[in-house]
Amino acid sequence: MAELTATPPFAGLCLPLEIGRARIDAAELGQLTNIAPFRGKDAALATALQAAHGLDLPQAGQSSALDDALILWFGAGHVLLCGPAPDVALADHAALTAQTDGWAALTLSGPDAEPVLARLVPLDLSPASLGAGRTARSTIGHMPASITRRQDGTFLLMTFRSMAGTLAEDLQTAMSGVNARRSLG
Amino acid sequence: MTQPFRIPGLGRVDTARTLTFRFDGEAYTGHPGDTLASALLANGVRLMGRSFKYHRPRGVLTAGPEEPNALVTVGKGAHRDPNTRATVQELFDGLEAASQNRWPSLGLDLMGVNDLASRFLGAGFYYKTFMWPRAAWLKLYEPLIRRAAGLGALSGQSDPDRNEKAFAFCDLLVIGAGPAGLSAALTAARAGARVILADESAWMGGRLAFDRHDFDGRAGFDWAQEVVAELAAMDNVTLMPRTTVTGAYDGGTYAALERVARHVAPGHDAPLDCFWRIHAKRTVLAAGALERPVAFRDNDRPGVMLAGAVRAYLNHYGVAPGRSVVVFGTSDDGHRTALDLVDAGIHVAAYVDPRHEERLKAPFPVYTGSVVARAHGNPVEAVTIRHQTGREHRVACDTLAMSGGWNPTLHLSCHMGDRPEWNEDIAAFVPRPDAVPGLVAVGAAGGSFSTAAALAEGMAAANDALSALGFKPQDVALPVAEDAPYAIQPVWSVPGKGRAWLDFQNDVTIKDVTQAAMENFASVEHMKRYTTQGMAPDQGKSSNVAALAVLADATGRSIPDTGTTTYRPPFAPVPIAAMGAGGQGAGFAPKRLTTSHAASVEMGAPMIEAGLWFRPSYFPARGERVWRESCDREVAYVRNAVGICDVSTLGKIDVQGPDAGAFLDFVYTNTMSTLPEGRCRYGLMLREDGHVMDDGTAARLGRSHFVLTTTTAAAGPVMRHLEFVAQVLRPDWDVALSSVTEHWAQVAVAGPRSRELLSGLLDAPPELPFMGCGPVSVSGVSGRLFRISFSGELAYELAVPARYGDALFRELVARAEALGGGAYGIEALNVLRLEKGFLTHAEMHGRVTADDLGLAGMLSGKKDFIGKAMAARPGLSGPTREQLVALKPTGAVKQMTAGAFLFDAGAEPVREAAQGYITSACYAVTPRHTLALGFLRNGRARMGETVRMVDHLRGLDTTCEVIPLVTYDPDGGRARG
Amino acid sequence: MRFPCPLCGDRDLQEFTFGGAAVMAERPAPDAGVVAWDAYLHLRDNPAGRSEELWQHDKGCGAWMVVTRDTVTHAVHGARLTKGAT
Repeated sequence: MAELTATPPFAGLCLPLEIGRARIDAAELGQLTNIAPFRGKDAALATALQAAHGLDLPQAGQSSALDDALILWFGAGHVLLCGPAPDVALADHAALTAQTDGWAALTLSGPDAEPVLARLVPLDLSPASLGAGRTARSTIGHMPASITRRQDGTFLLMTFRSMAGTLAEDLQTAMSGVNARRSLG
Repeated sequence: MTQPFRIPGLGRVDTARTLTFRFDGEAYTGHPGDTLASALLANGVRLMGRSFKYHRPRGVLTAGPEEPNALVTVGKGAHRDPNTRATVQELFDGLEAASQNRWPSLGLDLMGVNDLASRFLGAGFYYKTFMWPRAAWLKLYEPLIRRAAGLGALSGQSDPDRNEKAFAFCDLLVIGAGPAGLSAALTAARAGARVILADESAWMGGRLAFDRHDFDGRAGFDWAQEVVAELAAMDNVTLMPRTTVTGAYDGGTYAALERVARHVAPGHDAPLDCFWRIHAKRTVLAAGALERPVAFRDNDRPGVMLAGAVRAYLNHYGVAPGRSVVVFGTSDDGHRTALDLVDAGIHVAAYVDPRHEERLKAPFPVYTGSVVARAHGNPVEAVTIRHQTGREHRVACDTLAMSGGWNPTLHLSCHMGDRPEWNEDIAAFVPRPDAVPGLVAVGAAGGSFSTAAALAEGMAAANDALSALGFKPQDVALPVAEDAPYAIQPVWSVPGKGRAWLDFQNDVTIKDVTQAAMENFASVEHMKRYTTQGMAPDQGKSSNVAALAVLADATGRSIPDTGTTTYRPPFAPVPIAAMGAGGQGAGFAPKRLTTSHAASVEMGAPMIEAGLWFRPSYFPARGERVWRESCDREVAYVRNAVGICDVSTLGKIDVQGPDAGAFLDFVYTNTMSTLPEGRCRYGLMLREDGHVMDDGTAARLGRSHFVLTTTTAAAGPVMRHLEFVAQVLRPDWDVALSSVTEHWAQVAVAGPRSRELLSGLLDAPPELPFMGCGPVSVSGVSGRLFRISFSGELAYELAVPARYGDALFRELVARAEALGGGAYGIEALNVLRLEKGFLTHAEMHGRVTADDLGLAGMLSGKKDFIGKAMAARPGLSGPTREQLVALKPTGAVKQMTAGAFLFDAGAEPVREAAQGYITSACYAVTPRHTLALGFLRNGRARMGETVRMVDHLRGLDTTCEVIPLVTYDPDGGRARG
Repeated sequence: MRFPCPLCGDRDLQEFTFGGAAVMAERPAPDAGVVAWDAYLHLRDNPAGRSEELWQHDKGCGAWMVVTRDTVTHAVHGARLTKGAT
């Protein structure tokens, strides 16, 4: 019987990568589950989520995190549970859809993370607008994306898995451009 | 090497360091802080370019971005950049620049002959002369004109320079860092607002750098640097030097071009330019004003400069514009120039002022009530002064500093369609309030020309913005500055013989404008187009207002009645390379790679684009020379053994919820709610207008859980459509949608030995009926198996989470090869589906109905669905329409091509006679003939008929026979077996 | 141009896709007849001034919303989610 080996989304790409004062690392988020509450079940889902995973149901633009679990608001009517397998009780209140392999996730860190991201993302990235724990759905370059500033200040960036290569390339270009400016003086 | 016109001790260039540069091959020196223009002037180089149309010799006119004359080409080879303004280009060591629009050299230009013929080349010349014969335009006139006229040339090579785009956000955007801008920025910054201060220069201070201002007993520029230092230290402030805000757009959006690395030698990997999109809650326009020339005879000679530019070269760059200068001023502002020259030790040959009142006490001849009527020499050797009495006298000089007054730099305030209003006091247009929502013009940009007013208005505008945004207004202690009246007597043109120039860049004269008026091109927009006034790269920044004043005079109207032309973005030239930054080559679009991409490339498959996806065209085997050999072999795998094809690019949408069944019944034409669990059904979706949108399958995984497939091309649009239905049309239904395209890698296992292959692979192979589906396990990995066929053979699609996609594909190919099959690409996929008459978006191209496709039976009569009402319109079905058929060639020519047209046998192959067209064609391996699908008028009733196929583009003409849609295994036994 | 997405806040127009006039939400009954269906699909007011339009924030949260904007001044007066968007 054949053994199916897993290939991570950034296999064969240049990660981790540090250029100047910015760095990208592949993020391992564990299991990803899209949770879409059924009509009028938000409150029941929030209770079940708290009971099963200790997480608050995030409102638009919010995320909440524990040591080994993260939950992101993921668009209109969607949240994304990252880490644990979803408790079966959640299925009473929401549609659960496995998305573990649908997304390529990486973290962008370093003092230049904001200027690097400002080359690719049409969002106000300032702490006042996208502070720690805030999350947004938008685009990175031409790619649909989820952008979150985690509690440690790093950015968690997610795009479709099939676009992992373009995500890494776009970030590499932005990082080297921001870094090259410094050498100009 | 010496710089004979450099004035020791004056200016702010760093004379401690010397830079070497070349202009037209000649070596010169300059200093850090110089522009190319200031360095050339310091070296005594006055001739910097040739004009666009008449190839007149031209020198630098200005010291800023509005420069019409000194356009040069910077850099070499592929890096070369034409039409660079020498007044903007900062000097760096090793800079190489060349003049433009001259042949063979700047000094001796043979095209200067145009100037001699100028009486024939005036306004409208091209329109009148090159009308006939029409054919000669393309072949003769246009190439001739293009060679003679024009500016710099592109390298013709691919651009090797990097560029960038970026986004920025702020509470207050301050455009321009002169006294008004600095005052506004400082006020807002101290209140804690997020401020962006953008200025097109490398330094900040605006006219405070060029003019000598007394701020509480010290230099205004020193105050500016102190403010800049305070701002630079604040986290809430972003200083953007070398940044020109080029456009104002809806909703507080501004475009800006930052020249990132044009001031340093090549050999770095920084972007040349960065194109910014700035979102500002409020904006202060403090862009200053642009000085305007006066039109008099031969006012375009090298050595004639704007007075403000003379002061800039003197005070900021420490460069004498000449040895002996005549100053021609029309306001008190002109006094400054003469006094600065005297203080710098430069001879002022005369001060000429049209005003009568004597206000200047000076150690040089002052002529009031007088104008400069003509410049002599090339470069300037003398000017003619005309006195009030009409008497003229000639004064020797090598430079004329002229000032026709100032025009507020109000362009951005008009980018959203507003027109400026005329202010008689300053004889200039000024922005109207609220011309751009959220933008306030202050200081000179708003028409207030005193420095004290600039400082005060900057603070006031910032405080208004702060109040509106909920910040506390600030009382900033501003320095006491000059508050003198402007007192202009406008002089637009000086009458007389000869040519007096308005638009230096496009060679437009007073005579051209008056001629336009005479020929009844009296509207300012018509005059512009007839004369090309203001249509050069500088967009008439220093000439438009004078031109419309001349037009007003010629047509007997006032200036406000004449009005301005439309101001449009960009304010300054923006390279396409900057606007399209990141879009070169592969950067044009993201690449979507399937999990089998690496394996396919390793197998030598040429990858071709399918939307953003890349899919293998075919998998060449040893010895195969052309793609058809590979394709035919791969088709045979599927027909005779088993083939493997990655189909992950098809859209996959997870649909859950109590109303999922009702929802699917509404979006598909056929009924899905009756589908048993563990079964799939083919489905058709229409647009509301009754035309086919997409096809695919719906699989029921649970009581209220379905997964749909879409075509690769329509995955995005179908998802949008379903979200529209769920959120807009039927918000009462409880249904949740989630795209799972990316989570699952899905591989087709097709062919008579597919069941055998899967039996060996799956942990517990299920017995799936045709169109059955269910969960499976592959080496412990949970997956899904669907028994669906796009080939007409016994076939499955096996899905596993994408991380296992690479391993699964390799494993399946290896097992297929052991069974006499192997991988197949989309060429073979296409042949297989055409033999079965299956559809793609070549057929579902947006203008076809279910009836056209022979699928009217799928339109359920028992329920409502999207597109039902409109599909029932009489025009959307029946024999008058083109219906899907298959065709095979019967004539000598065996080739058929997609895009070819169909005609009745014997009919003329002209548009009016067209009976249909071919959508897809291939060499069908199984029946061994060319096979095409196409649409033919009343096609289903024409089985067996011979029609003519003509491909006008490829020159093909053949006859073919209309045959039934399904060529291969018409009763479908093989797929069900 | 920027739209105030009720879920995401102000976002650039490039994140949104047009979905037609707001009346597209009022789909006629299947048996409403040809005139009603023709009006629904094809007949539009062309207001110089306030206009209500459907837009999807498809490069953001995916929500469909009704945006009120002025076709003359380009001023955007607001956006509200459609009933089914949350």
